[in-house]
Amino acid sequence: MKYDLEPTLPAPPSTTGVLGWLKRNLFSNATNSIATLIIGYFLVTLLGPALQWTFIDSDWFGDSPAACTSGGACWAFITYRMDQFMYGFYPDTEYWRINTTFLIFAVAIVWLVVDKTPYKGYVSVFVLFIYPIIAFYLLYGGSFGLEVVETHKWGGLSLTLVLAVIGIVAAMPFGILLALGRRSNMPIVKSFSVIYIEFWRGIPLITVLFMASVMLPLFVPEEITFDKLLRALIGIILFQSAYMAEVIRGGLQAIPKGQYEAADALGLGYWKSMSLIILPQALKLMIPGIVNTFIALFKDTSLVLIIGLFDILAIVQAANSDSAWLGFSTEGYIFVAFVFWVFCFGMSRYSQNLEKRLQTGHNTR
Amino acid sequence: MSTQETHEASDQLMIELKEMNKWYGDFHVLKNINLQVKKGERIVICGPSGSGKSTMIRCINRLEEHQKGDIIVNGMELTNDLKNIETIRKDVGMVFQHFNLFPHLTVLENCCLAPIWVRKEPRKQAEAAAMKYLERVKIPEQALKFPGQLSGGQQQRVAIARSLCMNPDVMLFDEPTSALDPEMIKEVLDVMIELADEGGMTMLCVTHEMGFAKTVADRVIFMDAGQIIEENEPHEFFNNPQHERTQLFLSQIIQH
Repeated sequence: MKYDLEPTLPAPPSTTGVLGWLKRNLFSNATNSIATLIIGYFLVTLLGPALQWTFIDSDWFGDSPAACTSGGACWAFITYRMDQFMYGFYPDTEYWRINTTFLIFAVAIVWLVVDKTPYKGYVSVFVLFIYPIIAFYLLYGGSFGLEVVETHKWGGLSLTLVLAVIGIVAAMPFGILLALGRRSNMPIVKSFSVIYIEFWRGIPLITVLFMASVMLPLFVPEEITFDKLLRALIGIILFQSAYMAEVIRGGLQAIPKGQYEAADALGLGYWKSMSLIILPQALKLMIPGIVNTFIALFKDTSLVLIIGLFDILAIVQAANSDSAWLGFSTEGYIFVAFVFWVFCFGMSRYSQNLEKRLQTGHNTR
Repeated sequence: MSTQETHEASDQLMIELKEMNKWYGDFHVLKNINLQVKKGERIVICGPSGSGKSTMIRCINRLEEHQKGDIIVNGMELTNDLKNIETIRKDVGMVFQHFNLFPHLTVLENCCLAPIWVRKEPRKQAEAAAMKYLERVKIPEQALKFPGQLSGGQQQRVAIARSLCMNPDVMLFDEPTSALDPEMIKEVLDVMIELADEGGMTMLCVTHEMGFAKTVADRVIFMDAGQIIEENEPHEFFNNPQHERTQLFLSQIIQH
């Protein structure tokens, strides 16, 4: 008996146009059709007025509430105070310093994020080691002929970004060290990591910030004064690194034992096998969790308002109580939500892109 | 295939296990293991599962710690000192049942990693050497792929090349073909036979491939319940097993 090879056929067409898609996905049977109609009805009735209020009946510019006559959103409230929302109480002649700082940062980040740009290594070194010094002298001043701008004048979105960026960049390495420490065989290192992580995870961030701003000064001699922003930052970093550590530990545990053994068998020492073999895989695996923590950290920075730092949320709240502009808190909060959403969504999209790019064929796991 | 006639192991001892004992908790896995392996000697270790054969060779590069007795590799006693362990690991290559390639690195990077980071070779030189070994295991064309894109047999050959890149004196094979589909076993065994035929490499191989044992081994070791029960040159071992347990094991293998 002789078998002939069956010919290879193209796959059947998966869709039959828009109508076919609609029929299959939205109106496949009675229940589905009713659900589609009900949801469609609510979308139209809710979305219509929302769009009307936000865009069609809205007023965008003006220097007093009198400019808002259309009955919709009064974005003039936002645009009129945009400088304050962005820069806080930073002297307006020095805005260029904040702009330059963030411009350099944005260029460097885009450079690192975009595929196929050369010299990524040098740019990373610049961002991690040289840029912080430049940023400090630009923002704080006190050298190179720049006047000092005390941190209590910092505020708005620029303060939020300073807190978030420094928090994220510093919490990551601490988190990695703590995660490695918790899995270490050395009893002292291990118990230190466990106690640290469990302590910081057990208390709310608000408490940490309160302690940093109110209690810490009670315990140290009076002549030593830490900057309030610095204290808040240290609190955020200590707190978030505990969370980061647990996320990374999850990744470390997911790496098969064989990877550790293969690295050992090749004679790579502990640090080399961690940094070349284990961490690259663990971090890649935990991108969703790590970005989740970053996003949470970014939003948590708004808690600094309770210790009197004016991040973007705090400054909008302050503007809400301005007697000349009463009654526009809806616009204010929507604006803050939108700003946070843009940044968080950006991080989330980038993480998805990163996951795809780091995919290396079928996983053998 | 066999070059047993032409092959001569030197008298220099490469590995020596003296009264080695190991416990997992209260469980006595390895009992008084005594073994001497000469430089260039090729040894096959077989036995039923759970007999401690993998554990024994994993003690030689300290993937497992032994509790009693001595292990001497290339004249150096294996101690708890990290430097000492790393030195021995540089001389001892290992091939695992599940390949354990690094999935985030290309085949070439897998091979160059240890030469570059452990032996501090310049990248160019390490890559050239790696390509030479990839040609030897017959997959130079896969050098820029990731391990996940290769078949099991190809992955295991990469794993062999990766170990060879460190120019080890000893190669340990821990059931290198057990996780492979039947049609891929031969390509891996061929590479191992070639390596054995070249001579000079001390090989310890835990395997169930009795054909391989007959072809290349200088000595076959049979283990059961954590002990070495019998050791002999292959012809005698297969045709005239002394111990009852060995006879039973061999009869069970041959039946299938």
